[in-house]
Amino acid sequence: MNSGSTAPLLSVSGLSHYYGAITGCCGVSFDLWPGEVIGVVGESGSGKTTLLNCISGRMAPTVGKVEFCTRTEGLADIYRMSEAERRMLMRTDWGFVHQNPRDGLRMGVSAGANIGERLMAVGARHYGEIRDTANDWLGKVEFNLDRMDHLPSTFSGGMQQRLQIARNLVTGPRLVFMDEPTGGLDVSVQARLLDLLRELVTDLGLSAIVVTHDLAVARLITQRLMVMRQGEVVETGLTDQVLDDPQHPYSQLLVSSILQV
Amino acid sequence: MSFRSPDPTPEIIVWVENLAKQFVLHNQGAAILEVLRDVSLTLRSGDCLVLNGPSGAGKSSLLRCIYGNYKSDSGRIVVRHNGQPVDMVAATPREVLSVRRQTLGYVSQFLKVIPRVATIDVVAEPLRREGMEAGRARDNAATMLHRLNVPERLWKLAPATFSGGEQQRVNIARGFVSDYPVMLLDEPTSALDATNREEVIALVQEKLAAGAAVIGIFHDEDVRDRLATHLLNMAPLREAA
Ligand SMILES: Nc1ncnc2c1ncn2[C@@H]1O[C@H](COP(=O)(O)OP(=O)(O)OP(=O)(O)O)[C@@H](O)[C@H]1O
Ligand SMILES: [Mg+2]
Repeated sequence: MNSGSTAPLLSVSGLSHYYGAITGCCGVSFDLWPGEVIGVVGESGSGKTTLLNCISGRMAPTVGKVEFCTRTEGLADIYRMSEAERRMLMRTDWGFVHQNPRDGLRMGVSAGANIGERLMAVGARHYGEIRDTANDWLGKVEFNLDRMDHLPSTFSGGMQQRLQIARNLVTGPRLVFMDEPTGGLDVSVQARLLDLLRELVTDLGLSAIVVTHDLAVARLITQRLMVMRQGEVVETGLTDQVLDDPQHPYSQLLVSSILQV
Repeated sequence: MSFRSPDPTPEIIVWVENLAKQFVLHNQGAAILEVLRDVSLTLRSGDCLVLNGPSGAGKSSLLRCIYGNYKSDSGRIVVRHNGQPVDMVAATPREVLSVRRQTLGYVSQFLKVIPRVATIDVVAEPLRREGMEAGRARDNAATMLHRLNVPERLWKLAPATFSGGEQQRVNIARGFVSDYPVMLLDEPTSALDATNREEVIALVQEKLAAGAAVIGIFHDEDVRDRLATHLLNMAPLREAA
């Protein structure tokens, strides 16, 4: 049976990464389809970020393959492309939202420039249009436009995170990686950011891979879930099924350790 | 009821064969809780199958297995989806989602509130997921909320603070706003007054008349008697075993 497109957007097979004798992640395989949001949950040190870095082109895995469905050539192994091709992909088709906005923003230039720069990197040249698109996106993430010309360092953590999200989405990426997108913020700010992510994900039909330790975040914005422990994926399935009827002892522990999701 | 047909006729929309489900509670000494054993059933267009049995008999678990919310251990749950049979036990998550989007509706006993989302959007969401434009989805949601007597002044608010009955009506509105050919209903009338209970009965009857199939749990005997075309009696297995 087929629902929609016939090729996955991203296909990961047999992926392992070792830091010397230490296992980062081990034997991970999955397909991500267009419009799908997959969550990766697990305790800290379970390999979530290692996995995310390997599949987002930032760190070559020790073994295994990461294929992305490029606009021109279909499924292509991202680590067999040239460095330039991979960089281009990361700038245009992919977004990466870091836990710490400082890692994803350019702190030395204004909010507006943080957006404009991404647009120029994909070839936009017309100043008025760049400004309009930037405005439009900052509006979508409910960023106060009066602050457009200010430096990110003068913003609150929540505002920085909104700016980082806008910077990532402005080029219309087909796949967005997020590493604890609501982590490090206080609870009320987290809640508003989560609402925003939920809306963006549904309205834009984004494909995304979201690493989070927060099962409520996973419940709200992902359709499928991978539970990781000690570098291995111990359980995968529909998000609501994994959370309501977890099979693996570790998933059961994870779900029962929080009160309500 | 007849079932176990290996190649059921097209008018059968749902068939469940020898379904088994147990919970293994790994962190509680690997206790095993057997909930469903050898459950089989068949539904045709216009059927309303009511699950009957005491608390803990596994009624809700059966609905959740059919919806793919609980993982079945063995057996088959076949749902006719776009004319094609799909086995929900063997289906990939992606297939299950597709069945849920177009074929299978589920009204849980309690509203799983999406925090901070306005009632009107909570109800419109299934239509938005199908790709309906926002304005039209809201109009349809409004019609359904009116029908279930949810006062308009509440529509802009998130249902988290609503009364049990109000939440249940929002939940029903959300479940019925889309035209699913199969509906799973887990005690949709338990917290409702007589007027609203009548409205829900009418909604279900209209669904059935339009050719849908319904599997429901209704503790209210009157509701059960008026809607059921078939009964499935269930008993807790721990005592039976
Ligand atoms: N997610 C779960 N994990 C572990 N055990 C569960 C889970 N869901 C249900 N059970 C157990 O399965 C058994 C059947 O529960 P279920 O909710 O299906 O009964 P029911 O017939 O719907 O009861 P009621 O009429 O009270 O709603 C119960 O013993 C329950 O504790
Ligand atoms: Mg029940």
